[in-house]
Amino acid sequence: MSEAAETGVPGDLARHPRTPESDTPVLEVDDLVVEHRDGGTGALFRAVDQVSLRIGAGESVAVVGESGSGKTTLAMAATGLGPRGRGDIRLLGHSLAAVSRTQLRRLRPEVQVVFQDPHGSLDPRQSVRSGLRELRALQPERTSWIDDADLLGRVRLAPDLLDRYPHQLSGGQAQRVCIARALLMRPRLIVADEPTSGLDVSVQADVLALLRQIRATTGAALLMISHDLAVVRSLCDVVHVMYRGRVVEAGPCDRVFGTPENDYTRELLAAMPGARWRSRR
Amino acid sequence: MSMSQLELDPVTAPVSPPRRAGRRARTSVFWLALPLAVTAVAVFVLPLTGLLPDGGQDLDATRRPPAFLSGGSWAHPLGTDKLGQDLLTQFVSAGRLTIVIGLVGALVAIGPGTLLGLLAGYFRGWVDRVISILIDAQLALPFILVALAIIANRGSSLPVLFLVLALTGWAVCARVTRAATMAIRERQFVVGLRAAGASEPRIVFRHILPNLAGTIVALGTLQVGTAILVESALSFLGLGVVPPMNSWGSMLASGQDELSQAWWIAFFPGLAITVLVLLVNLLGDALLTHHDPRKRRR
Repeated sequence: MSEAAETGVPGDLARHPRTPESDTPVLEVDDLVVEHRDGGTGALFRAVDQVSLRIGAGESVAVVGESGSGKTTLAMAATGLGPRGRGDIRLLGHSLAAVSRTQLRRLRPEVQVVFQDPHGSLDPRQSVRSGLRELRALQPERTSWIDDADLLGRVRLAPDLLDRYPHQLSGGQAQRVCIARALLMRPRLIVADEPTSGLDVSVQADVLALLRQIRATTGAALLMISHDLAVVRSLCDVVHVMYRGRVVEAGPCDRVFGTPENDYTRELLAAMPGARWRSRR
Repeated sequence: MSMSQLELDPVTAPVSPPRRAGRRARTSVFWLALPLAVTAVAVFVLPLTGLLPDGGQDLDATRRPPAFLSGGSWAHPLGTDKLGQDLLTQFVSAGRLTIVIGLVGALVAIGPGTLLGLLAGYFRGWVDRVISILIDAQLALPFILVALAIIANRGSSLPVLFLVLALTGWAVCARVTRAATMAIRERQFVVGLRAAGASEPRIVFRHILPNLAGTIVALGTLQVGTAILVESALSFLGLGVVPPMNSWGSMLASGQDELSQAWWIAFFPGLAITVLVLLVNLLGDALLTHHDPRKRRR
């Protein structure tokens, strides 16, 4: 039998080395502007407009808004994985504009992303095992803390899935593999971009519970991108509401959801089944 | 919902590994590759055995029909041409050259075409603009014009023929590869790899290129067919291989004047080209299925 069975309760994250406590914010974004040029007309479109954001160590921050409001563009720019735009971005205290390519590559593993489409996040030609092997080859020191079977156990997957290809995994399994891959890197910030949108409801709850558990045990900060306010409320401390590229309201979840100040936030809340559930209570 | 409610057993999926379909794909690859392999071995090995009639002229036996027609004899199984040369001997040596031209012609087009398409599709920006202009310019030039210009300048020889095949084939390969690369680079796993600290060359050559394997195999086999057809067309026009070398295309060309008196001179090379190109294209299809893990499932 595998090691996962010998190490006790699957999903036990207690042995995960905690991220060293530090006062440096994981991510600071000041006045970020990201513009896309329309391929056809050549017109500039402002996807992210004067956005500022701060994520402290271990903090859980959400960005909510409708599709096309610039949430993902913001997250990709802020983590140096997409078009960077203008404005100051500091990742773990390093300004992205000032770091060299080599430094950026060294910084990147500190931020791991879990995407909406779990199948699109895995190379279709790589089995789970060879994907993990590649991550280990890329970051040997970071990833030596756990073996493959144990790692899968922590996201509650059986080790026999190691030899599967992505198309042989269900959506929920693939998303757990994605979370395991992120976990392996011991990041200080996990960006979850609509991590539950492509999954059915019963699996959504599991994935959210897993994210919550990982956050609690590893001390990693979380940047949650979502249009689902119920998901955000269950997982995050601070929320930023985005509308057409701008942050229209920001604050602690309880305050923003309890006494929204902005009209758009109120509309968004009214449109959510979770909000009705809350008001009935 | 509390954490305790969410304690779950490890998930073991009821997705069964796709075994049978994979075997089927392998079988069809085998049955398509077999006649191609037999042909290749035959044209390369037969001349070494000494079983073939000698290919010299025999003016007493011109335009003899194949052995299975009245008037034919087993001394010349496929008959003779207007100089009394044995057609089977010619057919075998021409087949050898045709296969070499098909394979090398495909490689010289696929190699640069794939590389340029990959670079254009992945890096975009000015790299893409320059390569796209080159592709458009190449595709705008009529192939016969390019071939004529080069052959008129350099003369007819095998290296020149390969140059023509490379120049006429790379643009299509580059365009297809570029489009496929652009689709793959937008996939989230590429972002994930970047987040894991993977270098650009690793992403391009270890992840995007293998994901293009199906496309490249399909392009490659199509290109083998195209190279054989292009060579045949050039030889037909007298621009391809020149005597003493001959290919199935040049045999077809030399047989065209004789069609009314000795149809078999052109018939067998023509049939061989058709069957070879068809088999190669079907093999490409089968390989495509075999190499794509997603298609193997079905």
